Amino acid sequence: MQKYSIFNLIKNAFSGHQNWDLAWKDATPKKEYDVVIIGGGGHGLATAYYLAKEHNITNVAIIEKGWLGGGNMGRNTTIIRSNYMYDDNAMFSEFGMDLWRKMSQDLNYNVMFSPRGIINLAHSDAQMNIFTRRGNSMRLNGIDAVLLNREEVKEIIPMADFSDNVRFPIFGGLMQPSAGTARHDAVAWGYARQADSMGVDIIQNCEVTGFDVVSGKIQGVRTSRGDIKVKKIGLCVAGSTNSLAEKLNMTLPVETHLLQACVSEPVKPVLDRVVTFGAGHFYISQSDKGEMVMGGDLDGYNSYAQRGNLPTLQHVLTEGIAMMPFLSKLKMLRTWGGIMDMSMDGSPIIDKTHIEGLYLNCGWCYGGFKATPASGWTFAHTIAQDRVHKLNAGYSLNRFNTGHLLDEKGLGTKTWIS
Amino acid sequence: MLHIKCPHCGMRSQNEFSYGGDATVKRPELNKEVSDQDWDNFVYNRKSLRGKHKELWQHISGCRQWIKVERDTATHEIFKTVKANEDI
Repeated sequence: MQKYSIFNLIKNAFSGHQNWDLAWKDATPKKEYDVVIIGGGGHGLATAYYLAKEHNITNVAIIEKGWLGGGNMGRNTTIIRSNYMYDDNAMFSEFGMDLWRKMSQDLNYNVMFSPRGIINLAHSDAQMNIFTRRGNSMRLNGIDAVLLNREEVKEIIPMADFSDNVRFPIFGGLMQPSAGTARHDAVAWGYARQADSMGVDIIQNCEVTGFDVVSGKIQGVRTSRGDIKVKKIGLCVAGSTNSLAEKLNMTLPVETHLLQACVSEPVKPVLDRVVTFGAGHFYISQSDKGEMVMGGDLDGYNSYAQRGNLPTLQHVLTEGIAMMPFLSKLKMLRTWGGIMDMSMDGSPIIDKTHIEGLYLNCGWCYGGFKATPASGWTFAHTIAQDRVHKLNAGYSLNRFNTGHLLDEKGLGTKTWIS
Repeated sequence: MLHIKCPHCGMRSQNEFSYGGDATVKRPELNKEVSDQDWDNFVYNRKSLRGKHKELWQHISGCRQWIKVERDTATHEIFKTVKANEDI
């Protein structure tokens, strides 16, 4: 594989950048693989990469119905954080933060990781107390957390509404300075390029039509481009999890819901952090192109549409304008929707299943993008070793049966309620 | 914007309704032995199908009645709405 470096850049400049290698090949499916990953999004690509890199399993195919990184990997708001209170979530996502920090070097691909910090705003004394508790829990788990008072927040984001007569005054906030953003497409492309170079077949435009399960064991997968014999299958399909589970006669503690995001027209640099509104569900950051990247609530009903309705967008942007009034002056450039695999406690599932050779990775709710490297790493371990790693032990499928829920947000089973 | 025909009030905008989830989920019968599996299926497990989906909505800013709606989860087309105590 051609290494990306300043020297190669200069060298290729002389030939007008016409001789760069393709980043990955367009593979056609073979008859048999050791492992098939279904879903060519971030998690699937990362899983294949870590299977090859950490476990030397390279006879691997990634099967993708559409195009690489075209689902939620291309539809998220690129936020990376590990500001969780529960141990299982904290340890998992902080492990991921470490992988994020090394990712550009590791993949030889600039993922533009920008640890600019995230501020969760608090709008009452009670919320400040809750954030103090969460911040302390984070620090006990070795994650950086800083509690900010009103003046300190004002110093960092003076454009927020600090006037006296607002409905939700800013009391302060909890900041994780090491959180940030990254270029989402580059993450997919970087993993794809490295996985491909180690022998992984990336097969796009290939839909899974069924599974061959014989006496409780995976024997193969049927696709629109032929049948494939395989003993281990990893399911990484986010919002399509329920559809594939149906083909496996499984009913999962997951519902498929619609989440919208949007960007404004590009403006000069104004916001150098990720900020979330504490009196509702709204988050914002500014991209390198200058667009304000915004998101918030789910549309609130089961959907596979990948496009949303205006009432939710209006609701979310109303919160945005309440927090930062200057947003009302901006024109909207694009809005889009993605389909979320909403689990029943708001936390993901990375586990084996009752079918031997079938591994499940789903339930990412709002937080799939930031989990990309840690999810891939632990899922690869689970598939290769046929047992969960201690980092994803809490993300078991049977926790809904045993009662060991990870209800970080305290929303109960209706995680889609806004 | 969805337009939902409330069986009590007529056609109204989505803004007046609140979503209540899968309408086919049945609570296990009272005073009978309930297996863990039955309880999990009631509380957690959902088919969440692509295509026709029977679901509950509440006309929260209108007559406040619960209703049943049959809707396509891929196209958002609404086929039928009935009162909560009717079969859909």
